[in-house]
Amino acid sequence: MRPRPLPSGTDLPVLLPAADRLARRAAEERRLALPRVTLDARWGAAILVTVLLSAAAAQAQSAPGQESVLATIWKWTPLVGQGFLLNIAISVVAMTCGTLLGVLLGLAQISLLAPVRAGSWFLTQFFRNAPWLVLLFYCIFMLPYRVTIAGEVIEIPNWLRATLGLTLPVMANVSEIVRGAVQSLAKGQWEAAESLAFSRGQTLRMVILPQCLKRMLPPWMNLYAILIMSTPLASIVGVEEAMTLARGALNAERRGDLLIPVYGLLLLAFFVYCYPIARATRWLERRAQVRI
Amino acid sequence: MRDPARGEAPLVSIRDAHKRFGDVEVLKGVSLEVAKGEAICIIGPSGSGKSTLLRCINALVPLDAGTITVSGIEVTDPKLDKIVLRRRVGMVFQQYNLFPHRTALQNVMMAPVHVLRQDRREVEQRARELLRKVRLEGKEGAYPGELSGGQQQRVAIARSLCMQPEVMLFDEVTAALDPETVKEVLVTIRELAEEGMTCLLVTHEMGFAREVADHVYFTDRGVIVEHAPPAELFSAPRDPRTREFLGRIL
Ligand SMILES: Nc1ncnc2c1ncn2[C@@H]1O[C@H](COP(=O)(O)OP(=O)(O)O)[C@@H](O)[C@H]1O
Ligand SMILES: [Mg+2]
Repeated sequence: MRPRPLPSGTDLPVLLPAADRLARRAAEERRLALPRVTLDARWGAAILVTVLLSAAAAQAQSAPGQESVLATIWKWTPLVGQGFLLNIAISVVAMTCGTLLGVLLGLAQISLLAPVRAGSWFLTQFFRNAPWLVLLFYCIFMLPYRVTIAGEVIEIPNWLRATLGLTLPVMANVSEIVRGAVQSLAKGQWEAAESLAFSRGQTLRMVILPQCLKRMLPPWMNLYAILIMSTPLASIVGVEEAMTLARGALNAERRGDLLIPVYGLLLLAFFVYCYPIARATRWLERRAQVRI
Repeated sequence: MRDPARGEAPLVSIRDAHKRFGDVEVLKGVSLEVAKGEAICIIGPSGSGKSTLLRCINALVPLDAGTITVSGIEVTDPKLDKIVLRRRVGMVFQQYNLFPHRTALQNVMMAPVHVLRQDRREVEQRARELLRKVRLEGKEGAYPGELSGGQQQRVAIARSLCMQPEVMLFDEVTAALDPETVKEVLVTIRELAEEGMTCLLVTHEMGFAREVADHVYFTDRGVIVEHAPPAELFSAPRDPRTREFLGRIL
């Protein structure tokens, strides 16, 4: 066999791209300051036990002839359930709009035009670092209550304005997810596509983004879990979502001992909704790690 | 060895190429010419600017000063249409750089279909032929992750060839491979050179350079120290730096 050059004699940066990529990804995760939602089934069980115990305690203390705790909770469930549907609707709309805007903003962050890059970076950082509640307040109180389009007066309901308030941080976080995923891809992919005469747009569309999709999915789902759990913020500005309605029910019943079971049930509803998402996210993350 | 057609304008011509990255001057006035059908090898220690030189030829890296022409295209022209240039220049990298989300066949077909806008069926036929040529029949549907390094590198070669380039650039394409798979890739490249493809090869495989190259250039720290036909350069190197390098590597 022909003698082969020693690694020191050649440039064998075989490991460099990989090491580089891993370091960049670690830095990226540090920078993506959002917490990772990791839900444990045992917490769900703990919430359930708390609900049951507190309901039993309330039942034991209730005066004779009073409506049973179970019946009271059952009576209010449809209304609070409807409120929860509004939480889901808010999260779905905010996620959809935030993702569409965020992808555009993220692509602008890797633009070849410096002003576009700088502007989109600023927007991203601004909305990513602003407290969600502040953005929510701004949208609730600064946006018009109605708009006139082509002579039609369209009312903008409270919940829609709150949704817009949540769309902004989602947009900024998606923007960072897109930018991070694109930049974590090995540089060789760009070079290979360029040397095959692909245009920049073609390279992004056919080579870079399809590979990024897999990387973006787990943080995107994590973002959704955080978003749905943040939707009760809308109750502060008077949106009639589950939290607001549960509070209304408690006020109507005038029973302080129902506080823990009712809010516990609401917590359980969020847990049941988020748990599969968190599990799927973990699973996708682990699968991505095995692939590397 | 083939005798390159003398008198014809060279297919690739580099004149006094200069390039610096920050404080480091990587190319300090490199000139070389490659005739159509010729295969040349560039050898030299790591960091001497070999990769940079190849990247300048297909405009992956812009030159600071000097001129490069490829098949009549002025690479250093500020109004250069890079797409037009890169259709004529194929490049194969040390890291293969296949698209991992596409099968071998799709990797080979993508650029002709989407860049050249050629008929898909025609491209597919050509792609299958090329995969057969690089001895990968039966691997058309495999994803890069399912192929060995040598197989991936041969897909990368087929992918470049499917664009029907006039020049092929090979940048240490065997440096990342296991010793056992180096040979299968070198055989493929040799066949290509023998068929008359114009090739610029950066390599550390001296035996291969000796067999395949019409001309060998030895570079060190951004300059071409000496160049000669392989028989001459390998058996009677004139410059002490060449002698030292060859003594270290052979
Ligand atoms: N994109 C770049 N930015 C900064 N320095 C670079 C870049 N590419 C190459 N270099 C430097 O230029 C020098 C020559 O690199 P290269 O052309 O890869 O040499 P070779 O392929 O002969 O080993 C090296 O010192 C390398 O660090
Ligand atoms: Mg190199």
